[in-house]
Amino acid sequence: MTAVAMHPPLPSRLAGLRSAADYLGTIVRHLAGNASSLFGLVVISVLIVLAVFAPLIATQDPYLQNLQDVLQPPSWAHFFGTDEVGRDVFSRIVYGSRITLTIIALVAVIVGPIGLAVGTLAGYFGGWFDTVLMRITDIFLSFPSLILSLAFVAALGAGLENAIVAIALTSWPPIARLARAETLTLRGTDYVAAAKLQGASSARIIWKQIVPMCMPSVLVRLTLSMATVILTAAGLGFLGLGAQPPLPEWGAMIAIGRRYMLESWWLVAFPGGAILAVSLAFNLIGDGLRDALDPKQRRGRH
Amino acid sequence: METLMDVRNLSVTYGRGAGAMQAVRNVSFTLGRERLGIVGESGSGKSTIGRALLKLLPTATITADRMDFMGTDLIRASERRMLDIRGARISMILQDPKFSLNPVQRVGDQIAEAYAVHHRGARREAREKALEMLEAVQIRDPERVYRLYPHEISGGMGQRVMIAMMLVPEPEVIIADEPTSALDVTVRMKVLGILDALVRERGIGLIMISHDLNLVRNFCDRVLIMYAGQVVEALPAGELAHARHDYTRGLIAAQPHIGGDRAPLAVLRREESWKRPLAEVQA
Repeated sequence: MTAVAMHPPLPSRLAGLRSAADYLGTIVRHLAGNASSLFGLVVISVLIVLAVFAPLIATQDPYLQNLQDVLQPPSWAHFFGTDEVGRDVFSRIVYGSRITLTIIALVAVIVGPIGLAVGTLAGYFGGWFDTVLMRITDIFLSFPSLILSLAFVAALGAGLENAIVAIALTSWPPIARLARAETLTLRGTDYVAAAKLQGASSARIIWKQIVPMCMPSVLVRLTLSMATVILTAAGLGFLGLGAQPPLPEWGAMIAIGRRYMLESWWLVAFPGGAILAVSLAFNLIGDGLRDALDPKQRRGRH
Repeated sequence: METLMDVRNLSVTYGRGAGAMQAVRNVSFTLGRERLGIVGESGSGKSTIGRALLKLLPTATITADRMDFMGTDLIRASERRMLDIRGARISMILQDPKFSLNPVQRVGDQIAEAYAVHHRGARREAREKALEMLEAVQIRDPERVYRLYPHEISGGMGQRVMIAMMLVPEPEVIIADEPTSALDVTVRMKVLGILDALVRERGIGLIMISHDLNLVRNFCDRVLIMYAGQVVEALPAGELAHARHDYTRGLIAAQPHIGGDRAPLAVLRREESWKRPLAEVQA
Protein backbone atom coordinates (compact mmCIF):
# COMPACT_ATOMS: atom_id res chain seq x y z
CA MET A 1 0.00 0.00 0.00
CA THR A 2 1.18 3.49 -0.69
CA ALA A 3 0.34 4.70 2.80
CA VAL A 4 2.76 2.15 4.22
CA ALA A 5 5.52 3.70 2.17
CA MET A 6 4.55 7.12 3.49
CA HIS A 7 4.82 5.93 7.09
CA PRO A 8 7.82 3.62 7.17
CA PRO A 9 7.30 1.16 10.03
CA LEU A 10 9.66 2.26 12.77
CA PRO A 11 10.67 -0.07 15.55
CA SER A 12 7.88 0.45 18.04
CA ARG A 13 10.10 1.55 20.90
CA LEU A 14 11.71 4.31 18.85
CA ALA A 15 8.30 5.45 17.66
CA GLY A 16 7.15 5.51 21.28
CA LEU A 17 10.10 7.67 22.30
CA ARG A 18 9.51 10.05 19.46
CA SER A 19 5.84 10.43 20.22
CA ALA A 20 6.65 11.06 23.90
CA ALA A 21 9.03 13.82 22.84
CA ASP A 22 6.35 15.22 20.53
CA TYR A 23 3.89 15.16 23.37
CA LEU A 24 6.28 16.96 25.72
CA GLY A 25 6.96 19.50 22.99
CA THR A 26 3.24 20.15 22.60
CA ILE A 27 2.86 20.76 26.33
CA VAL A 28 5.86 23.10 26.51
CA ARG A 29 4.56 25.02 23.50
CA HIS A 30 1.18 25.32 25.16
CA LEU A 31 2.75 26.62 28.37
CA ALA A 32 4.91 29.10 26.47
CA GLY A 33 1.86 30.44 24.66
CA ASN A 34 0.38 31.89 27.84
CA ALA A 35 2.11 34.81 29.54
CA SER A 36 1.61 33.67 33.13
CA SER A 37 2.58 30.04 32.59
CA LEU A 38 5.52 31.24 30.50
CA PHE A 39 6.67 33.18 33.56
CA GLY A 40 6.36 29.99 35.61
CA LEU A 41 8.28 28.02 33.03
CA VAL A 42 11.09 30.61 32.95
CA VAL A 43 11.41 30.80 36.74
CA ILE A 44 11.52 27.01 37.11
CA SER A 45 14.06 26.74 34.29
CA VAL A 46 16.21 29.38 35.98
CA LEU A 47 15.89 27.46 39.26
CA ILE A 48 17.03 24.26 37.59
CA VAL A 49 19.96 26.00 35.85
CA LEU A 50 20.99 27.60 39.16
CA ALA A 51 20.87 24.27 40.95
CA VAL A 52 22.79 22.37 38.28
CA PHE A 53 25.48 24.99 37.71
CA ALA A 54 25.61 26.36 41.27
CA PRO A 55 29.42 26.13 41.59
CA LEU A 56 29.85 28.09 38.34
CA ILE A 57 27.23 30.75 39.07
CA ALA A 58 27.94 31.40 42.73
CA THR A 59 30.58 34.08 43.21
CA GLN A 60 31.83 32.64 46.49
CA ASP A 61 31.74 29.58 48.70
CA PRO A 62 28.33 29.75 50.44
CA TYR A 63 29.87 28.61 53.73
CA LEU A 64 32.90 30.92 53.64
CA GLN A 65 32.76 33.35 56.56
CA ASN A 66 34.45 36.71 56.36
CA LEU A 67 34.13 38.61 59.61
CA GLN A 68 35.66 41.73 58.01
CA ASP A 69 32.72 41.98 55.60
CA VAL A 70 29.73 41.53 57.89
CA LEU A 71 26.27 42.81 56.90
CA GLN A 72 27.46 44.56 53.75
CA PRO A 73 24.66 46.04 51.60
CA PRO A 74 24.31 44.83 47.99
CA SER A 75 27.24 45.95 45.87
CA TRP A 76 29.22 44.74 42.84
CA ALA A 77 31.36 42.58 45.09
CA HIS A 78 28.32 41.01 46.77
CA PHE A 79 25.23 41.22 44.54
CA PHE A 80 22.80 40.53 47.40
CA GLY A 81 25.04 41.78 50.22
CA THR A 82 26.51 39.68 53.03
CA ASP A 83 25.02 38.20 56.20
CA GLU A 84 25.92 38.48 59.89
CA VAL A 85 29.05 36.33 59.50
CA GLY A 86 30.07 37.78 56.16
CA ARG A 87 28.78 35.02 53.86
CA ASP A 88 27.72 36.07 50.37
CA VAL A 89 23.88 36.06 50.25
CA PHE A 90 23.78 35.65 46.46
CA SER A 91 25.92 32.50 46.59
CA ARG A 92 23.84 31.13 49.42
CA ILE A 93 20.62 31.66 47.47
CA VAL A 94 22.15 29.96 44.43
CA TYR A 95 23.15 26.94 46.51
CA GLY A 96 19.79 27.08 48.31
CA SER A 97 18.09 26.37 45.00
CA ARG A 98 19.60 22.88 45.20
CA ILE A 99 17.94 22.28 48.55
CA THR A 100 14.60 23.60 47.31
CA LEU A 101 14.76 21.45 44.21
CA THR A 102 15.70 18.38 46.26
CA ILE A 103 12.74 18.91 48.55
CA ILE A 104 10.35 19.34 45.61
CA ALA A 105 11.68 16.35 43.71
CA LEU A 106 11.68 14.01 46.71
CA VAL A 107 8.25 15.08 47.89
CA ALA A 108 6.84 14.63 44.39
CA VAL A 109 8.44 11.22 44.02
CA ILE A 110 7.06 10.05 47.37
CA VAL A 111 3.65 11.70 47.24
CA GLY A 112 2.66 10.93 43.65
CA PRO A 113 2.89 7.13 43.83
CA ILE A 114 1.42 6.93 47.36
CA GLY A 115 -1.54 9.13 46.49
CA LEU A 116 -2.09 7.37 43.19
CA ALA A 117 -1.89 3.91 44.76
CA VAL A 118 -4.20 4.68 47.68
CA GLY A 119 -6.71 6.50 45.47
CA THR A 120 -6.92 4.00 42.62
CA LEU A 121 -7.03 0.96 44.93
CA ALA A 122 -9.75 2.50 47.10
CA GLY A 123 -11.74 3.65 44.11
CA TYR A 124 -11.41 0.44 42.14
CA PHE A 125 -12.18 -2.09 44.86
CA GLY A 126 -14.69 0.03 46.77
CA GLY A 127 -16.57 -1.43 49.74
CA TRP A 128 -14.98 -1.62 53.17
CA PHE A 129 -11.50 -1.32 51.66
CA ASP A 130 -12.45 2.05 50.21
CA THR A 131 -14.03 3.13 53.49
CA VAL A 132 -10.94 2.27 55.54
CA LEU A 133 -8.47 3.95 53.17
CA MET A 134 -10.57 7.06 52.71
CA ARG A 135 -11.19 7.51 56.46
CA ILE A 136 -7.41 7.36 57.00
CA THR A 137 -7.09 9.97 54.27
CA ASP A 138 -9.75 12.08 55.98
CA ILE A 139 -7.84 11.93 59.26
CA PHE A 140 -4.75 13.31 57.53
CA LEU A 141 -6.81 15.95 55.76
CA SER A 142 -8.49 17.12 58.94
CA PHE A 143 -5.25 18.64 60.27
CA PRO A 144 -3.79 21.78 58.73
CA SER A 145 -0.76 20.56 56.80
CA LEU A 146 1.77 22.85 58.46
CA ILE A 147 0.64 21.81 61.94
CA LEU A 148 0.75 18.14 60.98
CA SER A 149 4.21 18.41 59.46
CA LEU A 150 5.35 20.31 62.57
CA ALA A 151 4.12 17.42 64.67
CA PHE A 152 5.87 14.88 62.48
CA VAL A 153 9.17 16.79 62.48
CA ALA A 154 8.93 17.26 66.22
CA ALA A 155 8.47 13.49 66.56
CA LEU A 156 11.14 12.51 64.01
CA GLY A 157 13.66 15.14 64.98
CA ALA A 158 14.71 18.34 63.22
CA GLY A 159 16.57 18.08 59.93
CA LEU A 160 16.13 18.33 56.19
CA GLU A 161 15.43 14.61 55.56
CA ASN A 162 12.82 14.45 58.29
CA ALA A 163 11.24 17.65 57.00
CA ILE A 164 10.90 16.04 53.57
CA VAL A 165 9.33 12.92 55.08
CA ALA A 166 6.96 15.04 57.17
CA ILE A 167 5.89 17.14 54.20
CA ALA A 168 5.36 14.03 52.10
CA LEU A 169 3.24 12.49 54.83
CA THR A 170 0.97 15.50 54.87
CA SER A 171 0.60 16.10 51.14
CA TRP A 172 -0.53 12.73 49.78
CA PRO A 173 -4.19 12.86 50.91
CA PRO A 174 -5.46 15.38 48.33
CA ILE A 175 -3.80 13.34 45.57
CA ALA A 176 -5.39 10.15 46.87
CA ARG A 177 -8.82 11.80 46.91
CA LEU A 178 -8.40 13.05 43.38
CA ALA A 179 -7.21 9.68 42.08
CA ARG A 180 -10.12 7.96 43.81
CA ALA A 181 -12.65 10.33 42.26
CA GLU A 182 -11.19 9.74 38.81
CA THR A 183 -11.13 5.99 39.38
CA LEU A 184 -14.78 5.94 40.41
CA THR A 185 -15.81 7.42 37.07
CA LEU A 186 -13.37 5.24 35.14
CA ARG A 187 -14.26 1.90 36.65
CA GLY A 188 -17.74 2.05 35.16
CA THR A 189 -16.57 2.72 31.63
CA ASP A 190 -16.99 0.18 28.87
CA TYR A 191 -13.30 -0.07 28.13
CA VAL A 192 -12.62 -1.19 31.67
CA ALA A 193 -15.44 -3.71 31.21
CA ALA A 194 -13.80 -4.75 27.94
CA ALA A 195 -10.49 -5.27 29.75
CA LYS A 196 -12.29 -7.44 32.30
CA LEU A 197 -13.86 -9.42 29.48
CA GLN A 198 -10.37 -10.06 28.15
CA GLY A 199 -9.52 -11.70 31.44
CA ALA A 200 -7.27 -8.92 32.71
CA SER A 201 -6.66 -9.10 36.47
CA SER A 202 -7.52 -6.19 38.76
CA ALA A 203 -3.87 -5.22 39.10
CA ARG A 204 -3.49 -5.14 35.34
CA ILE A 205 -6.62 -3.06 34.85
CA ILE A 206 -5.54 -0.53 37.47
CA TRP A 207 -2.03 -0.26 36.05
CA LYS A 208 -2.83 -0.27 32.35
CA GLN A 209 -6.25 1.36 32.12
CA ILE A 210 -6.86 3.47 35.20
CA VAL A 211 -3.48 4.89 36.21
CA PRO A 212 -2.75 6.40 32.76
CA MET A 213 -6.14 8.10 32.77
CA CYS A 214 -5.53 9.55 36.25
CA MET A 215 -2.07 10.85 35.37
CA PRO A 216 -2.97 14.25 33.88
CA SER A 217 -5.06 15.47 36.79
CA VAL A 218 -2.66 14.01 39.34
CA LEU A 219 0.27 15.76 37.65
CA VAL A 220 -1.59 19.07 37.67
CA ARG A 221 -2.54 18.68 41.29
CA LEU A 222 1.02 17.68 42.19
CA THR A 223 2.44 20.77 40.49
CA LEU A 224 -0.05 23.03 42.21
CA SER A 225 0.72 21.51 45.60
CA MET A 226 4.45 22.10 45.06
CA ALA A 227 3.84 25.77 45.91
CA THR A 228 2.51 24.69 49.30
CA VAL A 229 5.39 22.26 49.71
CA ILE A 230 7.93 25.04 49.16
CA LEU A 231 6.16 27.28 51.64
CA THR A 232 5.90 24.50 54.22
CA ALA A 233 9.58 23.61 53.78
CA ALA A 234 10.53 27.26 54.16
CA GLY A 235 8.22 27.52 57.17
CA LEU A 236 9.84 24.52 58.82
CA GLY A 237 13.26 25.96 58.04
CA PHE A 238 12.20 29.28 59.49
CA LEU A 239 11.07 27.59 62.70
CA GLY A 240 14.39 25.78 62.91
CA LEU A 241 12.86 22.35 62.31
CA GLY A 242 13.88 21.94 58.67
CA ALA A 243 17.33 22.45 57.22
CA GLN A 244 19.84 23.13 59.97
CA PRO A 245 21.90 26.36 60.20
CA PRO A 246 24.97 26.15 58.01
CA LEU A 247 22.82 24.85 55.12
CA PRO A 248 21.76 27.74 52.87
CA GLU A 249 18.04 26.89 52.99
CA TRP A 250 15.93 29.94 52.11
CA GLY A 251 13.53 29.68 55.05
CA ALA A 252 16.37 29.24 57.51
CA MET A 253 18.15 32.25 55.96
CA ILE A 254 15.09 34.39 56.60
CA ALA A 255 14.88 33.12 60.17
CA ILE A 256 18.42 34.28 60.90
CA GLY A 257 18.11 37.46 58.87
CA ARG A 258 14.99 38.42 60.81
CA ARG A 259 17.16 39.63 63.70
CA TYR A 260 18.96 42.12 61.49
CA MET A 261 15.97 42.95 59.32
CA LEU A 262 15.56 46.61 60.29
CA GLU A 263 19.10 47.65 59.31
CA SER A 264 19.91 44.93 56.77
CA TRP A 265 16.79 44.38 54.65
CA TRP A 266 18.69 42.30 52.05
CA LEU A 267 19.06 39.36 54.43
CA VAL A 268 15.31 38.78 54.35
CA ALA A 269 14.23 40.38 51.09
CA PHE A 270 16.27 38.22 48.70
CA PRO A 271 15.53 34.74 50.12
CA GLY A 272 11.92 35.86 50.59
CA GLY A 273 11.77 36.99 46.99
CA ALA A 274 13.19 33.66 45.87
CA ILE A 275 10.56 31.70 47.81
CA LEU A 276 7.82 33.96 46.47
CA ALA A 277 9.00 33.63 42.87
CA VAL A 278 9.36 29.86 42.94
CA SER A 279 6.06 29.10 44.67
CA LEU A 280 4.24 31.54 42.40
CA ALA A 281 5.92 29.91 39.42
CA PHE A 282 4.67 26.46 40.43
CA ASN A 283 1.16 27.79 40.86
CA LEU A 284 1.16 29.43 37.46
CA ILE A 285 2.70 26.43 35.74
CA GLY A 286 0.12 24.20 37.41
CA ASP A 287 -2.66 26.35 36.00
CA GLY A 288 -1.04 26.22 32.59
CA LEU A 289 -0.63 22.44 32.80
CA ARG A 290 -4.29 22.09 33.64
CA ASP A 291 -5.16 23.90 30.46
CA ALA A 292 -2.74 21.79 28.46
CA LEU A 293 -3.55 18.36 29.92
CA ASP A 294 -7.17 18.62 30.89
CA PRO A 295 -9.02 20.56 28.20
CA LYS A 296 -12.37 19.65 29.78
CA GLN A 297 -11.64 21.86 32.78
CA ARG A 298 -10.19 24.68 30.74
CA ARG A 299 -11.07 27.93 32.36
CA GLY A 300 -11.92 31.09 30.49
CA ARG A 301 -8.70 32.74 29.39
CA HIS A 302 -8.44 36.41 28.64
CA MET B 1 -22.92 -31.55 16.74
CA GLU B 2 -20.21 -31.00 19.32
CA THR B 3 -21.44 -29.11 22.37
CA LEU B 4 -19.32 -26.17 23.55
CA MET B 5 -21.59 -24.90 26.30
CA ASP B 6 -24.37 -26.54 28.18
CA VAL B 7 -26.31 -24.29 30.54
CA ARG B 8 -29.05 -25.65 32.81
CA ASN B 9 -31.41 -23.51 34.87
CA LEU B 10 -29.36 -20.34 34.92
CA SER B 11 -30.85 -17.64 37.15
CA VAL B 12 -29.55 -14.20 37.96
CA THR B 13 -30.91 -12.36 40.98
CA TYR B 14 -30.29 -8.78 42.04
CA GLY B 15 -30.70 -7.94 45.70
CA ARG B 16 -31.94 -10.40 48.26
CA GLY B 17 -34.93 -11.07 50.48
CA ALA B 18 -38.22 -9.40 49.69
CA GLY B 19 -36.72 -6.83 47.33
CA ALA B 20 -34.96 -9.43 45.22
CA MET B 21 -35.40 -9.06 41.50
CA GLN B 22 -34.84 -12.00 39.21
CA ALA B 23 -33.44 -10.70 35.93
CA VAL B 24 -32.94 -14.14 34.43
CA ARG B 25 -35.06 -17.14 35.41
CA ASN B 26 -34.19 -20.78 34.78
CA VAL B 27 -32.66 -20.36 31.38
CA SER B 28 -31.32 -23.53 29.75
CA PHE B 29 -29.62 -23.86 26.40
CA THR B 30 -26.77 -25.55 24.63
CA LEU B 31 -24.31 -24.06 22.20
CA GLY B 32 -22.41 -25.93 19.52
CA ARG B 33 -20.18 -24.58 16.79
CA GLU B 34 -23.06 -22.51 15.49
CA ARG B 35 -24.68 -19.11 15.58
CA LEU B 36 -27.15 -18.90 18.42
CA GLY B 37 -29.33 -15.83 18.55
CA ILE B 38 -30.92 -14.46 21.71
CA VAL B 39 -33.69 -11.95 21.03
CA GLY B 40 -35.94 -10.09 23.37
CA GLU B 41 -37.08 -6.60 24.22
CA SER B 42 -34.95 -4.40 26.46
CA GLY B 43 -34.95 -5.56 30.05
CA SER B 44 -35.73 -9.13 29.09
CA GLY B 45 -32.37 -10.29 30.48
CA LYS B 46 -30.53 -11.14 27.28
CA SER B 47 -27.41 -9.05 27.98
CA THR B 48 -27.44 -10.26 31.57
CA ILE B 49 -27.12 -13.84 30.32
CA GLY B 50 -24.03 -12.87 28.34
CA ARG B 51 -22.33 -11.38 31.37
CA ALA B 52 -23.51 -14.14 33.68
CA LEU B 53 -21.74 -16.70 31.47
CA LEU B 54 -18.48 -14.87 32.20
CA LYS B 55 -19.45 -14.29 35.83
CA LEU B 56 -19.00 -10.55 35.44
CA LEU B 57 -21.96 -9.34 37.46
CA PRO B 58 -20.43 -8.18 40.74
CA THR B 59 -23.72 -7.09 42.32
CA ALA B 60 -25.84 -10.08 41.32
CA THR B 61 -26.20 -13.65 42.52
CA ILE B 62 -25.77 -16.18 39.74
CA THR B 63 -27.14 -19.69 40.23
CA ALA B 64 -27.36 -22.62 37.87
CA ASP B 65 -27.58 -26.39 38.04
CA ARG B 66 -24.80 -26.53 35.52
CA MET B 67 -22.88 -24.10 33.35
CA ASP B 68 -20.59 -26.42 31.48
CA PHE B 69 -17.97 -25.03 29.12
CA MET B 70 -15.94 -27.77 27.42
CA GLY B 71 -15.62 -29.77 30.57
CA THR B 72 -15.29 -26.87 33.02
CA ASP B 73 -18.24 -26.03 35.20
CA LEU B 74 -18.17 -22.22 35.16
CA ILE B 75 -20.61 -21.86 38.03
CA ARG B 76 -18.17 -23.60 40.37
CA ALA B 77 -14.95 -22.25 38.83
CA SER B 78 -12.75 -20.02 41.02
CA GLU B 79 -12.11 -16.38 40.11
CA ARG B 80 -8.53 -17.31 39.22
CA ARG B 81 -9.81 -19.96 36.83
CA MET B 82 -12.26 -17.44 35.36
CA LEU B 83 -9.40 -15.04 34.62
CA ASP B 84 -7.86 -17.73 32.42
CA ILE B 85 -11.14 -18.40 30.66
CA ARG B 86 -12.30 -14.84 30.13
CA GLY B 87 -10.95 -13.47 26.91
CA ALA B 88 -8.78 -16.48 26.15
CA ARG B 89 -11.58 -19.01 25.69
CA ILE B 90 -14.84 -17.09 25.92
CA SER B 91 -14.89 -13.48 24.94
CA MET B 92 -17.48 -10.81 24.42
CA ILE B 93 -17.95 -8.05 21.89
CA LEU B 94 -19.58 -4.99 23.35
CA GLN B 95 -22.18 -2.79 21.75
CA ASP B 96 -20.51 0.54 21.14
CA PRO B 97 -16.88 0.81 20.07
CA LYS B 98 -16.89 4.50 21.03
CA PHE B 99 -17.01 3.57 24.69
CA SER B 100 -15.36 0.19 24.74
CA LEU B 101 -11.98 1.34 23.46
CA ASN B 102 -9.69 3.24 25.80
CA PRO B 103 -9.53 6.78 24.37
CA VAL B 104 -5.88 7.40 25.27
CA GLN B 105 -4.31 4.23 23.90
CA ARG B 106 -3.49 3.46 20.29
CA VAL B 107 -5.91 0.86 18.97
CA GLY B 108 -3.08 -1.46 17.94
CA ASP B 109 -1.62 -1.38 21.44
CA GLN B 110 -5.01 -2.26 22.85
CA ILE B 111 -5.24 -5.33 20.65
CA ALA B 112 -1.67 -6.28 21.56
CA GLU B 113 -2.58 -5.79 25.23
CA ALA B 114 -5.48 -8.24 24.83
CA TYR B 115 -2.95 -10.78 23.62
CA ALA B 116 -0.43 -9.92 26.33
CA VAL B 117 -3.00 -10.55 29.08
CA HIS B 118 -2.80 -14.25 28.32
CA HIS B 119 0.75 -14.48 26.98
CA ARG B 120 3.23 -12.93 29.37
CA GLY B 121 6.26 -11.07 28.07
CA ALA B 122 5.96 -11.47 24.31
CA ARG B 123 5.70 -7.89 23.13
CA ARG B 124 7.02 -8.35 19.63
CA GLU B 125 4.81 -11.31 19.08
CA ALA B 126 1.81 -9.44 20.48
CA ARG B 127 2.38 -6.64 17.99
CA GLU B 128 2.59 -9.04 15.09
CA LYS B 129 -0.55 -10.85 16.24
CA ALA B 130 -2.37 -7.53 16.48
CA LEU B 131 -1.41 -6.59 12.94
CA GLU B 132 -2.44 -10.02 11.73
CA MET B 133 -5.82 -9.65 13.46
CA LEU B 134 -6.42 -6.20 12.00
CA GLU B 135 -5.91 -7.76 8.61
CA ALA B 136 -8.24 -10.62 9.49
CA VAL B 137 -11.08 -8.17 10.21
CA GLN B 138 -10.53 -6.64 6.78
CA ILE B 139 -8.82 -3.43 7.77
CA ARG B 140 -6.75 -2.11 4.93
CA ASP B 141 -3.31 -0.83 5.82
CA PRO B 142 -3.11 -2.30 9.34
CA GLU B 143 0.31 -0.68 9.96
CA ARG B 144 -1.28 2.74 9.79
CA VAL B 145 -4.44 1.86 11.71
CA TYR B 146 -2.31 0.28 14.45
CA ARG B 147 -1.00 3.73 15.36
CA LEU B 148 -4.34 5.52 15.37
CA TYR B 149 -6.29 6.53 18.46
CA PRO B 150 -9.95 5.53 18.85
CA HIS B 151 -11.20 9.03 18.02
CA GLU B 152 -9.39 8.89 14.69
CA ILE B 153 -11.26 5.87 13.35
CA SER B 154 -14.86 5.45 12.23
CA GLY B 155 -17.51 3.53 14.13
CA GLY B 156 -17.42 0.56 11.79
CA MET B 157 -13.66 0.42 11.95
CA GLY B 158 -13.90 0.72 15.74
CA GLN B 159 -16.22 -2.25 15.93
CA ARG B 160 -13.86 -4.27 13.75
CA VAL B 161 -10.97 -3.25 16.02
CA MET B 162 -13.10 -4.37 18.97
CA ILE B 163 -13.70 -7.72 17.26
CA ALA B 164 -9.97 -8.03 16.52
CA MET B 165 -9.26 -7.29 20.19
CA MET B 166 -11.60 -10.04 21.34
CA LEU B 167 -10.35 -12.50 18.74
CA VAL B 168 -6.64 -12.16 19.23
CA PRO B 169 -6.43 -14.72 22.07
CA GLU B 170 -8.38 -17.12 19.78
CA PRO B 171 -11.41 -17.90 21.94
CA GLU B 172 -13.73 -20.84 21.31
CA VAL B 173 -16.91 -18.96 22.16
CA ILE B 174 -17.78 -15.37 21.36
CA ILE B 175 -20.68 -13.57 22.92
CA ALA B 176 -21.66 -10.62 20.77
CA ASP B 177 -23.83 -8.21 22.72
CA GLU B 178 -25.66 -6.21 20.07
CA PRO B 179 -22.48 -5.88 18.03
CA THR B 180 -24.12 -3.96 15.22
CA SER B 181 -26.63 -1.68 16.96
CA ALA B 182 -24.30 1.31 16.88
CA LEU B 183 -23.39 0.85 13.24
CA ASP B 184 -25.07 1.92 10.04
CA VAL B 185 -26.59 -0.63 7.73
CA THR B 186 -23.77 -1.05 5.20
CA VAL B 187 -21.10 -1.43 7.88
CA ARG B 188 -23.40 -3.82 9.72
CA MET B 189 -23.31 -6.26 6.82
CA LYS B 190 -19.53 -6.17 6.79
CA VAL B 191 -19.25 -6.86 10.52
CA LEU B 192 -21.78 -9.67 10.29
CA GLY B 193 -19.81 -11.11 7.38
CA ILE B 194 -16.69 -11.21 9.55
CA LEU B 195 -18.53 -12.90 12.42
CA ASP B 196 -20.06 -15.38 9.99
CA ALA B 197 -16.67 -16.25 8.56
CA LEU B 198 -15.36 -16.89 12.07
CA VAL B 199 -18.02 -19.47 12.77
CA ARG B 200 -17.53 -21.21 9.45
CA GLU B 201 -13.74 -21.09 9.19
CA ARG B 202 -12.58 -21.30 12.78
CA GLY B 203 -15.45 -23.26 14.19
CA ILE B 204 -16.26 -20.71 16.88
CA GLY B 205 -19.49 -20.85 18.85
CA LEU B 206 -21.24 -17.51 18.55
CA ILE B 207 -23.95 -16.19 20.83
CA MET B 208 -25.58 -13.22 19.16
CA ILE B 209 -27.58 -11.02 21.50
CA SER B 210 -29.89 -8.68 19.66
CA HIS B 211 -33.24 -6.99 19.68
CA ASP B 212 -33.41 -7.12 15.92
CA LEU B 213 -35.57 -10.10 15.03
CA ASN B 214 -34.91 -9.82 11.31
CA LEU B 215 -31.18 -9.76 11.74
CA VAL B 216 -31.21 -12.79 14.00
CA ARG B 217 -33.61 -14.60 11.69
CA ASN B 218 -31.34 -14.16 8.70
CA PHE B 219 -28.02 -14.56 10.44
CA CYS B 220 -28.38 -17.21 13.12
CA ASP B 221 -28.87 -20.96 13.07
CA ARG B 222 -31.03 -21.14 16.18
CA VAL B 223 -32.94 -18.51 18.10
CA LEU B 224 -33.92 -18.19 21.76
CA ILE B 225 -36.78 -15.79 22.37
CA MET B 226 -36.77 -14.18 25.78
CA TYR B 227 -39.50 -12.47 27.69
CA ALA B 228 -39.30 -11.21 31.28
CA GLY B 229 -36.14 -13.16 32.07
CA GLN B 230 -37.29 -16.48 30.66
CA VAL B 231 -36.72 -18.25 27.38
CA VAL B 232 -40.27 -18.55 26.11
CA GLU B 233 -39.35 -20.36 22.95
CA ALA B 234 -36.28 -21.88 21.30
CA LEU B 235 -36.36 -22.87 17.67
CA PRO B 236 -34.29 -23.00 14.48
CA ALA B 237 -34.17 -19.64 12.74
CA GLY B 238 -35.81 -21.03 9.61
CA GLU B 239 -38.87 -22.12 11.55
CA LEU B 240 -39.66 -18.76 13.15
CA ALA B 241 -42.67 -18.51 10.91
CA HIS B 242 -44.12 -21.55 12.66
CA ALA B 243 -43.53 -20.25 16.17
CA ARG B 244 -45.96 -21.55 18.74
CA HIS B 245 -45.67 -19.12 21.61
CA ASP B 246 -48.03 -16.14 21.44
CA TYR B 247 -45.24 -13.69 22.20
CA THR B 248 -43.07 -14.87 19.31
CA ARG B 249 -46.06 -14.82 17.02
CA GLY B 250 -46.89 -11.33 18.17
CA LEU B 251 -43.34 -10.19 17.46
CA ILE B 252 -43.43 -11.61 13.96
CA ALA B 253 -46.86 -10.21 13.24
CA ALA B 254 -45.69 -6.76 14.28
CA GLN B 255 -42.97 -6.73 11.60
CA PRO B 256 -43.74 -4.86 8.42
CA HIS B 257 -42.55 -6.49 5.25
CA ILE B 258 -41.98 -5.28 1.78
CA GLY B 259 -44.79 -6.37 -0.52
CA GLY B 260 -47.13 -7.09 2.35
CA ASP B 261 -50.62 -5.61 2.46
CA ARG B 262 -51.09 -2.14 3.82
CA ALA B 263 -53.37 -3.04 6.69
CA PRO B 264 -52.32 -1.65 10.06
CA LEU B 265 -49.68 -3.86 11.72
CA ALA B 266 -50.67 -5.93 14.68
CA VAL B 267 -49.93 -4.36 18.05
CA LEU B 268 -47.74 -6.49 20.29
CA ARG B 269 -49.71 -7.76 23.28
CA ARG B 270 -48.01 -8.61 26.52
CA GLU B 271 -49.83 -10.98 28.81
CA GLU B 272 -49.23 -11.31 32.53
CA SER B 273 -49.43 -15.07 32.22
CA TRP B 274 -46.19 -15.11 30.21
CA LYS B 275 -44.35 -13.84 33.23
CA ARG B 276 -45.28 -16.85 35.32
CA PRO B 277 -42.53 -19.45 35.67
CA LEU B 278 -42.55 -21.58 32.57
CA ALA B 279 -42.81 -24.95 34.29
CA GLU B 280 -46.15 -23.82 35.60
CA VAL B 281 -47.33 -22.74 32.20
CA GLN B 282 -46.58 -26.09 30.74
CA ALA B 283 -48.03 -28.05 33.62
